[in-house]
Amino acid sequence: MHRNPSRPLSPHLTVWKWGPHMLVSILHRVTGAGLSVAGGAALVWWLLAAADGREAYATFVEWATWKWALIIWIPLSWALFQHTLSGLRHFVMDMGAGFELPVNKFWANMTIVGSLLLTALLWAWIILEKGA
Amino acid sequence: MSMETPLGRVRGLGSSGEGAHHWWIERLTSVSTLLLLVWLAVSLLRLPALDHPTIVEWLAGPLGAVPMLLLIVSTFWHLKLGLQVVIEDYVHDDGAKLFWIMVLNFAAILAAALALFAVLKIAFTGSAD
Repeated sequence: MHRNPSRPLSPHLTVWKWGPHMLVSILHRVTGAGLSVAGGAALVWWLLAAADGREAYATFVEWATWKWALIIWIPLSWALFQHTLSGLRHFVMDMGAGFELPVNKFWANMTIVGSLLLTALLWAWIILEKGA
Repeated sequence: MSMETPLGRVRGLGSSGEGAHHWWIERLTSVSTLLLLVWLAVSLLRLPALDHPTIVEWLAGPLGAVPMLLLIVSTFWHLKLGLQVVIEDYVHDDGAKLFWIMVLNFAAILAAALALFAVLKIAFTGSAD
């Protein structure tokens, strides 16, 4: 960028009072990046393993169902829910609605509550259903 | 040969209408990815098992293969557009920005091509083993 570094930079990030809308905004990016890398890799691996044959697929399943893989799967499922819910919030805001401060704050908080709730429900269901 | 300056040629034509193209495709692919992920979740839940023969049989049929191909295109397109904005926002050096956007495009297209190949192989050759 062609910025003269000897000129002062206005303190745009540090002067704002931290709020849920800022947290949700950055979470949307972080979860999007995480889903892109980990989710994209998992999708490609799963499909290539299925195309390769029984043995490759068994190797994939072995890794995917390894108990320590939950360190990836649980955050990844949360990231999907968080990114989806804040994405839906973005649709409303794209239409020009939901910018009133209390409304904006409420729905920002709701994406966080919702994603945590959905993640808990999903894993409760998986553990109860599959006995993992 | 026109004596007009480049600015003179475009003046009065209005905007190209393409300024919001990236933004619009990002929204379009977010809707399609969401719908296709719901399809994927419902499909996997409806399958009797998630073992290799079942998955291959499902992906070999048109109702498995075609939405999966669309899911791959939609997901990797959306991912590429999203990560590109992140790079554009945080990488300020022009050379580094160009480099990372190229890396992103190559990686996203390579990953999508691998996934598409896998589905097409299953769809066209079926369960070989």
